[in-house]
Amino acid sequence: MSVLNTENVSICFGGLKAVSGFNLQLEEGELVGLIGPNGAGKTTIFNMLTGVYTPNEGKIQLNVNNNYQNLIGLKPYQITRLGMARTFQNIRLFKELSVLDNVKIAYHFNVKYNVLEAICRTHRFFWEEEEVSKKSLELLKLFNIDDKSAELAKNLPYGEQRKLEITRALATNPRILLLDEPAAGMNPQETQDLMKLIQFIREKFDLTILLIEHDMNLVMGICERIVVLDYGQIIAVGNPESIKNNPRVIKAYLGKEVETGA
Amino acid sequence: MISMTDNEKFFLQAVLAILGFIIIAFLIYLGIIDEYTAQILTSAAINVIIALSLNLISGFTGQLALGHAGFMAIGAYSTAVLVMQLQVPIIVAILVGGIITAIFGFIIGFPTLRLKGDYLAIVTLGFGEIIRVLMINADKITGGAAGLKGIPSFTKNYALNPTLSFIWVFLFLIGTIIMVNNLIKSSHGRGIISIREDEIAANTMGINVFYVKMFSFTLSAFIAGIGGGLYALFFGYLNPTMFNFIKSCDFLVIVVLGGMGSITGTVLTGFILTYLQEFLRFFQDYRLVIYPLFLIIIMLYKPNGLIGLIEDFQKWRRKRFPHQKRVLKAGEQR
Repeated sequence: MSVLNTENVSICFGGLKAVSGFNLQLEEGELVGLIGPNGAGKTTIFNMLTGVYTPNEGKIQLNVNNNYQNLIGLKPYQITRLGMARTFQNIRLFKELSVLDNVKIAYHFNVKYNVLEAICRTHRFFWEEEEVSKKSLELLKLFNIDDKSAELAKNLPYGEQRKLEITRALATNPRILLLDEPAAGMNPQETQDLMKLIQFIREKFDLTILLIEHDMNLVMGICERIVVLDYGQIIAVGNPESIKNNPRVIKAYLGKEVETGA
Repeated sequence: MISMTDNEKFFLQAVLAILGFIIIAFLIYLGIIDEYTAQILTSAAINVIIALSLNLISGFTGQLALGHAGFMAIGAYSTAVLVMQLQVPIIVAILVGGIITAIFGFIIGFPTLRLKGDYLAIVTLGFGEIIRVLMINADKITGGAAGLKGIPSFTKNYALNPTLSFIWVFLFLIGTIIMVNNLIKSSHGRGIISIREDEIAANTMGINVFYVKMFSFTLSAFIAGIGGGLYALFFGYLNPTMFNFIKSCDFLVIVVLGGMGSITGTVLTGFILTYLQEFLRFFQDYRLVIYPLFLIIIMLYKPNGLIGLIEDFQKWRRKRFPHQKRVLKAGEQR
């Protein structure tokens, strides 16, 4: 039984069919890449999966305790609480807050004490606050940014802002992680580190990962399965090797048919 | 420098605040602080309470509200009517006034807070005016344009009045500061601030944005209503024109000048501006020229308000006296 199941998902913006007939089954523990030229609809798919957009038709189902839960019509916060977290292409950190607070916010929906207990500063308040701080720092440590926990998020270098976004997403304790261009703006060395990091968190947190990326080294290097999108439609699915040699993919990227063989 | 945990710091601040409060109350009682100054202090405290409530929704939650004079009016008239016509004890009247205002806040917030953008500003702006006009026309209850006279004060003893008014209002002020401060420095407060920072990101982090906004707005109305109740009892006279748009702006000015999202800034600015307005009475009509001019200059040169000024001073001091440099603790904000 797959972890995430989408059937025939389509969305229109005015007259433009941004995504049509999108089918994808994510298996437990898989690392899938979603690639395609600019404007192919990759981020739109992320936005539909996480409830930012509501698709015009189709089904999106998440496996919750071996039952399919319909995600269409749910708000983003509800989907996050069901176990699907994401990062954003154009980083969306809480810029004026500290690195630590950024992560702590992701723990908010698991916090048990209520507003009255917060105002009266009960024992449970202090206990849980300490617990949240501890957990947040541990997570930051995994990404080697715990020494910057008191910095404002906006003051971090670009690469670390991306890392912080992933940290924050992990703090919601997801089973599925959607990464939107995690390597954008990184140099080759940083990208290498990021690849190791993605594989590491997948093992450590038992994640299923779906990622959008333009960096082919990263996609070909770590993804087990690649879905190629062009003009809102899937044009190819397969392992990195087959995608590399798929004429339709090459055409989408390079604009003309390439002679294969003699 | 002695390092203290947040808890100890909070405790120390609380002890100092209570000590200062008792001393001032005593000085008013002895007549060393004259009645006029006591009155300014008390009305400043009421302004601070309402400005704090506005800061909660506009400074921390990031939703601009322009009708807090309307909430203040509801609280003021409810409290006055409860005390005058139903002979309800003062404390109950103030709290019920707050709850009635909160209900109004809930009703206004429910349709508007779902929307993004400046809808709340427009709706609250209209709401403030509607309330004012309602108060003029409901003359059976509110006395209409002539106003509501003879609202009993906190005490019947004339000599004790300045002292007791001061104590009542300041107890509520301290309560409000503790409430807002403790709320903001908790997980719920982080949820509130995350909405100001980035609504979409907050939503994806599992925060029920609409619910948190509603909570923040309703609580803001509740506090503003309590401020209004105190205002009614303190001045003893209510007139709908007291709660016009200019009054709402006064609170907004306090919040913005103090620094959006700063409790200390709001408290300090509230006292400074209320005093400044009184002080400028000396210039009579020119007051209305000098005061806005003063605001414009501050906005031009210190757009992040008083708290920005304090931060600049701290930076300067750190540069000047580097040996006092302290390491920021985890979770501490700059």
